[in-house]
Amino acid sequence: MNGSDQALARSASSADAAPGDQPGAARDAHGRGTAPRKNGGTSAWRRRLYRWDMKASPYAFIAPFFIVFGAFSLVPLLYTAWYSLHHVQLSALDQQTWAGLDNYRNLFSSEFFWNALKNTFTIGLLSTVPQLAAALWLAHMLNYRLRGSTVWRVVMLTPYATSAAAATLVFVLLFAPESGMVNWALDLVGLDPVNWRESGWGSQAAVSSIVVWRWTGYNALIYLAAMQAIPTDLYESAALDGAGRWQQFRHVTIPMLRPTILFTVVVSTIGATQLFAEPLLFGGVSGTKGGSEHQYQTLGLYMYDQGWMVGNLGKASAIAWSMFLILLVVAALNLLISRRLKRSSR
Amino acid sequence: MRTTARTSRRATTLAVVAALATGLLAGCATDADDGGSGGGSGGGAGGKGGTTVTIGTFGVFGYKQAGLYDEYMKLHPDITIKENVTTRTDVYWPKTLTRLQAGSGTDDIQAIEIGNITEAVQTQGDRFVDLGKEVDASQWLDWKNAQATTKDGKLIGLGTDIGPMAICYRKDLFEKAGLETDRTKLGAMWKGDWNKYVDVGKQYMKKAPDGTKFVDSASSVYNAALGGEKERYYDKDGNVIWDKSSGVKASWNAAMEVATSDMSAKLKQFDKPWDQGFANAKFATVACPAWMLGYIQEKSGKSAEGKWDVAAAPTAANWGGSFIGVPKASKHQKEAIALAKWLTAPEQQAKVFGKQASFPSTPSAYGSLEPQAATTKFFSDAPLTQTFSDSAKTIPVQVFGVKDQPINTAITDTGILQVEQKGKSPAQGWEAATKEVKDVLGQ
Repeated sequence: MNGSDQALARSASSADAAPGDQPGAARDAHGRGTAPRKNGGTSAWRRRLYRWDMKASPYAFIAPFFIVFGAFSLVPLLYTAWYSLHHVQLSALDQQTWAGLDNYRNLFSSEFFWNALKNTFTIGLLSTVPQLAAALWLAHMLNYRLRGSTVWRVVMLTPYATSAAAATLVFVLLFAPESGMVNWALDLVGLDPVNWRESGWGSQAAVSSIVVWRWTGYNALIYLAAMQAIPTDLYESAALDGAGRWQQFRHVTIPMLRPTILFTVVVSTIGATQLFAEPLLFGGVSGTKGGSEHQYQTLGLYMYDQGWMVGNLGKASAIAWSMFLILLVVAALNLLISRRLKRSSR
Repeated sequence: MRTTARTSRRATTLAVVAALATGLLAGCATDADDGGSGGGSGGGAGGKGGTTVTIGTFGVFGYKQAGLYDEYMKLHPDITIKENVTTRTDVYWPKTLTRLQAGSGTDDIQAIEIGNITEAVQTQGDRFVDLGKEVDASQWLDWKNAQATTKDGKLIGLGTDIGPMAICYRKDLFEKAGLETDRTKLGAMWKGDWNKYVDVGKQYMKKAPDGTKFVDSASSVYNAALGGEKERYYDKDGNVIWDKSSGVKASWNAAMEVATSDMSAKLKQFDKPWDQGFANAKFATVACPAWMLGYIQEKSGKSAEGKWDVAAAPTAANWGGSFIGVPKASKHQKEAIALAKWLTAPEQQAKVFGKQASFPSTPSAYGSLEPQAATTKFFSDAPLTQTFSDSAKTIPVQVFGVKDQPINTAITDTGILQVEQKGKSPAQGWEAATKEVKDVLGQ
């Protein structure tokens, strides 16, 4: 606490002395050091003000975030919890009847919920694992001296800058069962066409491919940034010891990147749990169903379907809260694993 | 790196917590909600208007396209009209529902889709102005008015377009398949029963030109057939009768005939591949409500001109159509009512038909309907107006329910699709649809 106080004080006084300040303010800054000898009364007040300033301003500075957080996250969060304990229809918001845990009971006995949970998990796995592996590999390649490296990096970020809607529409055409390019390519190799929308694994793979395409470059850039912080002499000495690229990658890059990898895993897991836009748009006109057998309906889609398409707001809120709890569990698991990893690396 | 491991862990934890909290409801956001505005600027004489009346619509309503806003503003220099368009109905309606209940944020006029009108009538009746006293209700088709009237007789929406049904078919493909190509004779062949239409499909498939099917999807046949049935998913008292309804059964059976034979192109309507199906002539017929004509024309492209034709549908049926209502929360109620009245009057509906082929719900307009020259030419000079008016006048009064739309989606997108695309048996498809409907009804 002390150290940071001093740091703050230092930055505060340097700010006081900054050019463009009003003369009065400058005098204040001078007075701060010399005042106790001359003007006892006002300086005591000033000192108190100063102490208050030290204590309160940091809170004032961070307040905007927490106010916004409270208004747009905390209140809805609690309100959703309230809704989830009531029977509420979208068309009659003022008619709420107490339901207790009915919505949750209804949910946990609904096969659509478990199906959505399973899909969220499998699609998450199908998209996160290849995505991070590919990103790591890409970053490793880009980390070597390349001609036009900026161009490569910018190109890698382009999918991320594309809107999910635009990307998905293109993928829908690529994966169209009758006329799509993917089935055409399969046909060239002599494989049977796949109904990418209606088959279970096919549709999940198709949705995952959109996610992988969009996020790989983004993660690769994060990895690349972390890789460039690795001292080159580590690689040099490894090379002197006769390590090839693959060995360097395994024994130098990966261990040094562990915290970064963990970070991307956490962020991707959260993203995967909330997967929404891609399957929604992939499904086309009635995308909230996630296919005729709900084969790619994620939790996010199920919530949207219940809340806005069907109008069962109470049940939708119960889904939202279940998702929240699931994410907490996932986060706790991540924390546990990261602790383990750290202990083993010490 | 190792030295910073702890701070990065803390940062990670913080990031997780923050992301969790902000993300919980973020899932509700959608990309498709693009509010656009139009009409206000190009007003010419009426540009400076004192009162701004806003109208909330979804998709393409055709008012702006037909120049109605500009015309109205010229007639009423003190009025400026602003249209707020939401592209997708499934985004538009929940948003409108919540605003109606909040009593603020609604537009002065709100459009209501036919699939939502019963929900509006039964749950939002008190939040709309009763327009029955403002207009001469006999202008509209009786069944159209009936749909927007509450139990105590309030008319909460004025009918805009309706969707009388016909069958659009490709003459050139029919000829290659050795079938009848005359529209009157074809209409007579399947008159009265959708199963007869399916029989024609079986004939078509015997000599079908390479790569073509008879119909775009089994769901379209289901929707078209159900559009002509009196009994749908609810009875008059608002009870769900979907699994006992004779109308649903008949339509389901016709759709199953299509799904289990080889005559369907298995496309999902309004999806991109469906659009491509038009362009590549993948199917020979499609059940077409009047509003679909423009769509077919646009997606099939110039090369299909004169190859499409229009015959009467097996039964007089309705598919789609909308209403416009004035919420009590409207800030300019008087002006809004006047505008809504004007927009839905027969003369204006006829103008929209000329531009957009949205079919009027006011029979007195039928005498003066003039489809665009290009459309007439595209559909082989078929007597479009005649065909659709005949259908419109004989459509039965249908009872709709609060959750009509989600039940319909459950049947078409789960039940029928599973049979059509995944080779399940009709019984399995019905069972899947049943589960889905139960989920919709919260049972």
